[in-house]
Amino acid sequence: MSGKEIWVIAEYGEEGIKKSAWEAVSAVRLLSENLKTEPAAVILGNGIGRFAEELSKELNRVYFFEHPLLSKYNANTYVRCLYYLIKEKNPAIILAAATFRGKDYIPRLSARLDCGLISDCIGFEADNGVSFKRYVYGGRLIATVKFEESEPCIITIRPRSFAYKKTGTVNGEILRIVPNIEQQDIMVTIQEIIKETGKRSDLSEADVIVSGGRGMKGAENFKLLEELADVLGGAVGASRAVVDAGWLPHTFQIGQTGRVVSPMLYIACGISGAPQHLAGMSTSKCIVAINKDPNAPIFKIADYGIVDDLFKVVPVLIEEIKKSKKN
Amino acid sequence: MKIIVCVKEVPDTAIALKIKGDSPEIETENIPWVINPYDEYAMEEALRLKEKFGGDITVITFGQKRAENILRNCIALGADRVLRINDESIKNRDGLVTSKILAKVIKDIGYDIILCGKESVDYGYAQTGQMIAEFLQISCVLAIKKLDVSPLNKEAICHREIEGGLEVVKCNLPAVFTAQKGLNTPRYASLSGIMKAKKTKIETLEPDAWGFKPKIRITNLSYPPKRQEGKIIKGTLPDTAEELVKNLKEARLI
Repeated sequence: MSGKEIWVIAEYGEEGIKKSAWEAVSAVRLLSENLKTEPAAVILGNGIGRFAEELSKELNRVYFFEHPLLSKYNANTYVRCLYYLIKEKNPAIILAAATFRGKDYIPRLSARLDCGLISDCIGFEADNGVSFKRYVYGGRLIATVKFEESEPCIITIRPRSFAYKKTGTVNGEILRIVPNIEQQDIMVTIQEIIKETGKRSDLSEADVIVSGGRGMKGAENFKLLEELADVLGGAVGASRAVVDAGWLPHTFQIGQTGRVVSPMLYIACGISGAPQHLAGMSTSKCIVAINKDPNAPIFKIADYGIVDDLFKVVPVLIEEIKKSKKN
Repeated sequence: MKIIVCVKEVPDTAIALKIKGDSPEIETENIPWVINPYDEYAMEEALRLKEKFGGDITVITFGQKRAENILRNCIALGADRVLRINDESIKNRDGLVTSKILAKVIKDIGYDIILCGKESVDYGYAQTGQMIAEFLQISCVLAIKKLDVSPLNKEAICHREIEGGLEVVKCNLPAVFTAQKGLNTPRYASLSGIMKAKKTKIETLEPDAWGFKPKIRITNLSYPPKRQEGKIIKGTLPDTAEELVKNLKEARLI
């Protein structure tokens, strides 16, 4: 692998390059140090030169695909562009964040290249050939996975598994490429985006998540959790029971058949802590549980617990946080 | 309309799993196996499409003989044909091999719509549907929560999940759709369906001579580190809330 390039494909939104993409940049840097490879970035779009420049401050080389047909994300055009560049440059590793988009085009790219894909990795070990760690069986076990004769090796990393820090110290080159793509390459077109989380951030990017369970007793009571989330600048989540009862849409569900999250702070309100829920949040840095039932399993994994009625605790907690922020 | 559904058997999500010695495998004796929950939504959507547009449903699984149970359940629900690709002779198969073989089998059967779960709850690579679509060079829409098919225009409009919400997308048919929770509410099998399923012979395919090699391999399984049990903040409000905030502030979490 030594001397070859290792690429991160950077995802962005209206608000700029995504946090998960910066984490992927960090992962690529770390891998490069260990494997003696050259880190580089790839970005695809139209009129996003400023993002390419931002990346060039972190990595030595940025491949920037620019074309009007890339102004909206599409798996087919992404695969087409990347396939030809990979065939030409022969990188050792391709890495992207395991976001909904990453999960969309990366497996297609891997199939097109006939290369191995290890998705949703949480870390790697570089001794004795590089191997990757990922959760299996809904977080109940961790698997170590290796590539066997795959060139390149393709990896996606789970958001929030790598810390990121922008240095801004590199003065990398930007190679602008105008790809040969056509309208007829596009099989799926985005018509509209419906945001369900309002002004709050998505679960996968939030530093703080305030989550409610059956103990919330009804949809109307989630206002309370929204208020707590807002004073903390966080997102709102829910257990399966809440979603199955129709109190919140599935987008909010955390756990084995919902989203897997790993925030700095997870506040579980009225959640008993079924194994399927714990599978979705037990890698949070700090877990707080508020529940009336002292025997709720959530207390077994919580860093801090308050055994009390959440409808009494949360309003006081909101006031205390507001007070502490003033000091 | 030719509808294909890909299903997989997985260990019941509610049970504790044991690693078999120091092998990279789990103990599979005496554990309950179920259909992958996301595949149930795929199967239900197939039944609804058939009810609306007519056609037939072929359900395919890649697995050992035990996996016939989930296929029988699909017959009971209304599948027209079920097929098991026998994997007893394939020791190491990764998603790429699985998808290649599935794509080959699906191509031979013929297809308008292919439905899969958005991921399996065992390994959770979330890749099979997308890879099948690439091998067949057709559309793929991931993690759908709503599907409106227009066979006349050979297109479909669906809602797919993204971070923070949904995308409304239009795609050409044929296509692969991977089912997310929220797409529908799966039905139960009828008694007559269950009786019929008992008598149905399950077709088996032997893929061992096809010679595809896996590109990734699991070398080890381990248990995740256990979280330390934390502390219960004793006392009454507002002291408990105040102490919690103090602790969180000290830890620089708020």
